[in-house]
Amino acid sequence: MLDKTEGMRGICLILAMAAATLLTRFLPFLLFSPDREAPKYVEYLGKTLPFATIGLLVVYCLKDVSLAGGTHGLPEAAAVAAIVVLHWWRGNTLLSIGAGTLLYMVLVQTVF
Amino acid sequence: MRKSRKIAALRYAFPKTLPVMVGYLFLGMAYGILMKANGFGFLWVLAMSTFVYAGSLQYVGVTLLAGGAHPVYGFLMGLMINARHLFYGISMLGKYRRVNRFRAYLIFALTDETFSVVCSETVPPRLSREWVYLWISLLNQVYWVAGSLAGVLLGSLITFDTKGLDFALTALFVVIFTEQWKSRRDHVPALIGVVCSVGCVLIFGSGSFIIPAMVMILIVLSVPYIRGKKGRENVG
Repeated sequence: MLDKTEGMRGICLILAMAAATLLTRFLPFLLFSPDREAPKYVEYLGKTLPFATIGLLVVYCLKDVSLAGGTHGLPEAAAVAAIVVLHWWRGNTLLSIGAGTLLYMVLVQTVF
Repeated sequence: MRKSRKIAALRYAFPKTLPVMVGYLFLGMAYGILMKANGFGFLWVLAMSTFVYAGSLQYVGVTLLAGGAHPVYGFLMGLMINARHLFYGISMLGKYRRVNRFRAYLIFALTDETFSVVCSETVPPRLSREWVYLWISLLNQVYWVAGSLAGVLLGSLITFDTKGLDFALTALFVVIFTEQWKSRRDHVPALIGVVCSVGCVLIFGSGSFIIPAMVMILIVLSVPYIRGKKGRENVG
């Protein structure tokens, strides 16, 4: 269980994450008047950055996978490939996430 | 009269939230189970899902909480993971302009899924726009909180091995990535995101790659924009 210091740190961490989320959600409404268009550069970023960010997040999730040691990243590669194929084919978010996660769990628990 | 306006808006809004309901209950439950498995129970999950209310960050937050990360690190992580919300906000400036009530909550609750529902929403003139937006946003958060709390309760009953369950987050991002890839002809931004990130993992190591990667992505993305208007015409 958590002791008192860990608990306090956890609460501060939650507050910090909540503050960051609030900032990202409110900032556009504080910065840009709704009657005026956002600057062109911001608009350009709005159309491109979300795509780059998801790429970053995929890499973030897989950052500790080692190709040299352990399972050589095989369970991750298999599960990611399965998700992409399944999602390309059926386009069902829940099915893709559910099946991909299940496949990964089976692979790391029984095969590797 | 006032009451029937609210009910009419709820009747209209509820069916629109059904896909989100399924997704949030499922992902919320996985989140709750994960938190419980890391020693964080009911109140922790309630606080996270009520006040942070950002799926991807909450998943990453499990690791941060369990590892006793510094709040400053949590704040920076939150900014980077949620940076995309800036652009949801920019897209919603016009739509939320004429909303006078509940505005603060509507902005607070603008998650990926809520954005995907409200951004394509044209409320019929007979209904109150404010109430429709409020119901959509509120119902979605209720699903998320309920799902994650159900996960905590299930987590105490669960006897199977949860090893690998955290892959649900990876799966979520891979799905969004695939979805975005299918929806656009211009894959350059997505590729920039992946290549810069992988590059930074190799250069800076997995522990401290994210800030350099973010800076690098911004710089590389800006190149086509600065170099004439070519980049601007190719997007969208």
